[in-house]
Amino acid sequence: MSEQSLAIRKFSDLANPTRFLGLAERLLPWFSGLTALLFAVGLYLCFTTEGDYQQGETVRIMYVHVPAAWLSMMCYTVMALSALGTLVWRHPLADVSARAAAPIGACFTFLALVTGSLWGKPMWGTWWVWDARLTSVFVLFLMYLGLIALNRAMDDPGKAAKVSAILILVGFVNIPIIKFSVEWWNTLHQPASVMRLDGPKIDPEFLRPLLIMAVAFSMLFFTLHIAAMRNEIWRRRVTSMRRQAARNVGAVGTGMEGPNA
Amino acid sequence: MSHAGYVIASYAVAALTVAGLILWVIADGTGRRRELKALEDLGIRRRSAGPSTGEMK
Repeated sequence: MSEQSLAIRKFSDLANPTRFLGLAERLLPWFSGLTALLFAVGLYLCFTTEGDYQQGETVRIMYVHVPAAWLSMMCYTVMALSALGTLVWRHPLADVSARAAAPIGACFTFLALVTGSLWGKPMWGTWWVWDARLTSVFVLFLMYLGLIALNRAMDDPGKAAKVSAILILVGFVNIPIIKFSVEWWNTLHQPASVMRLDGPKIDPEFLRPLLIMAVAFSMLFFTLHIAAMRNEIWRRRVTSMRRQAARNVGAVGTGMEGPNA
Repeated sequence: MSHAGYVIASYAVAALTVAGLILWVIADGTGRRRELKALEDLGIRRRSAGPSTGEMK
């Protein structure tokens, strides 16, 4: 067997929900511990570094706002990859992944919007403006809510998986719009100052806590995503076992039980 | 011009949102685990799951 087919085999082995549950049980304690440690270091730096000469203490809001905004987009990207997995490869865990990620993404987007607003009032003099960046992030938040509602509204899980995968992929067009909105249009929101081709434009004093908080938020996302996927697999097992129990009762009722039934 | 209120409000909202999310995931997991155990205690098995060791003769 070639190395490539071995790699594909290893990846497809993970498609087995039982194997995934075993892996999740092993990973979750380590991921949770690492997340807590990163948050402890990050929060310590958030409150011990200098304030900005222009923004003053409000620069500390950035250490929460920027990672939450990054994660809101990363979470949707994970959902888009999962949607591809559902539609193209029919990967058994792909829909589980997309479904589990939606509420987490909605929370990060909510956090980015609220902390951005709390920073905007003292710095811009307003809680909200309908500029391209803020509006596109608000649209992302509505998309998350819509996908959560859609998944809960449809009874047929197979149909719900397909419909939501298509919607996720259509909605993915919003991610580059969010990212480049500050370059394509004249916005009140400032352009990128960390993820730039010519390197970060902010002082290392602010960059350090920002990056550690970004890694902490990313680890939080992975931990919660794995745990939420595990919960979703359990939920599907409960549903299938209840259906099995109902079938058994039906078979007993019609006298069809037994090995020849 | 410290704007401490805005900073405190931001971290409070972040703490509440993250704590709420963590508690929801934990509660959801505990609930599903309990439901699975209750069904297994009634002797219901998934068709894909093999027979348990106790049932094998």
